[in-house]
Amino acid sequence: MTAIVDYRAGNLTSVKLAFAAIGEPVEVTSDPARVRSAERVVFPGVGAARSAMENLLELGLVDVVKEAATDGRLFLGICLGMQILFEHSDEDGGVDTLGVLPGRVRRFPNVPGCKVPEIGWNQVNGGAEYYFVHSYYAELGPWTFGKTEYAGVEFTSMVKKGKLWACQFHPEKSGRVGLELLKGWLAC
Amino acid sequence: MLTKRIIPCLDVRGGRVTKGVKFKNNIDLGDPVEMAVAYSNGGADELVFYDITASAERRPIDIGMVAAVAETIRIPFAVGGGISDVSDMERVILAGAEKVSVNSLAVRNPQIISDGARAFGAQCVVLGMDPVKSDNPKCPSGYEITTRGFREFTGMDAVEWAKRAADLGAGEIVVNSVDADGTRCGFELTITRLIAEAVPVPVVASGGAGNPSHLADAFNVAHADAAIVAGMVHTGEWTIAQIKADLAAANVPVRKVW
Repeated sequence: MTAIVDYRAGNLTSVKLAFAAIGEPVEVTSDPARVRSAERVVFPGVGAARSAMENLLELGLVDVVKEAATDGRLFLGICLGMQILFEHSDEDGGVDTLGVLPGRVRRFPNVPGCKVPEIGWNQVNGGAEYYFVHSYYAELGPWTFGKTEYAGVEFTSMVKKGKLWACQFHPEKSGRVGLELLKGWLAC
Repeated sequence: MLTKRIIPCLDVRGGRVTKGVKFKNNIDLGDPVEMAVAYSNGGADELVFYDITASAERRPIDIGMVAAVAETIRIPFAVGGGISDVSDMERVILAGAEKVSVNSLAVRNPQIISDGARAFGAQCVVLGMDPVKSDNPKCPSGYEITTRGFREFTGMDAVEWAKRAADLGAGEIVVNSVDADGTRCGFELTITRLIAEAVPVPVVASGGAGNPSHLADAFNVAHADAAIVAGMVHTGEWTIAQIKADLAAANVPVRKVW
């Protein structure tokens, strides 16, 4: 079973529909026991880092998510769900996050002509474009697999660390290339 | 590099996509879901659906259509028309739309923008606006906001309204020029540029696209982040791929893999 973790961080409809489109049954759940017993865990998220951490704490999901990301199960963080895998986010005046991955999340600088948030399709590793919506980015680090450039910054758009994958962009909204990525993750 | 988005706009009336000129003389173009699939497969970066008769008929937006589109395509889409409060926005977003567009409603009740942004995030809230050239002294930019499809003048300055909407939490602003709408003679570059340079959020040029050079102007001259197309692609005269090829030749970054 593939569990999609619901910690009240945004709408999960498109994540659910994307897995349906590739024929993968999923269960959307906030129940720590269900996440613990899932074979594969999807950790999405849209919104702010602080309220995301507060929700995880309140729902008793902090340790369960850390465990799922590190115990060798297939794990996929998406957008905010990738950002809070790092150690610290500068969002909301600074908040310590899950610390599963080394590194820090920062806000895009204000650069003339570059609107923040970044909204739209941007290239990963100079290749195919994926759909991004974000104001904060993860710095490059040892597990950076995909790099993307915006507002004069080169940031981590994708992480691969064994079975732990995470992406800043939204594969569920990235058309055919996004679905290919989800299939690749399931087959990993 | 972040690419410029090409967004086909589908005006829906009675469950069918239609196209009119200056909001009038609507003709039938096809089924919304079938057209969404065709545009998504053809390289459109995003779609926008307006339920154009919902407000006039005082009925909520067609959620069945929103859900059917969401189940079928995997690119972002926005929905507008027939939104009267945050619970309408919520229904549209839970059905799978990425964004909800408000226009006349936000003029009457600007708080809908902040309420929507607080509930779903600014990226979900799009402000649509219909500015028209005006010599109203209350509108120093020279453009006045109209509502209800050009029928009512508000006395609001278009640039001031755009700034206020962005402050309230609108994540994106669609500048739909009433003067240019449906003419296929090019976007209204002046007001698009004034707004693109005045607000910190992405601006979408809308109304008047007739050929790829009009889009190149929206990006290179008016500094828009995205552009809406309708008649020029709905008639089959241009494909999204042709538009993107011409834009790439004009040094506009566009998505090439889909």
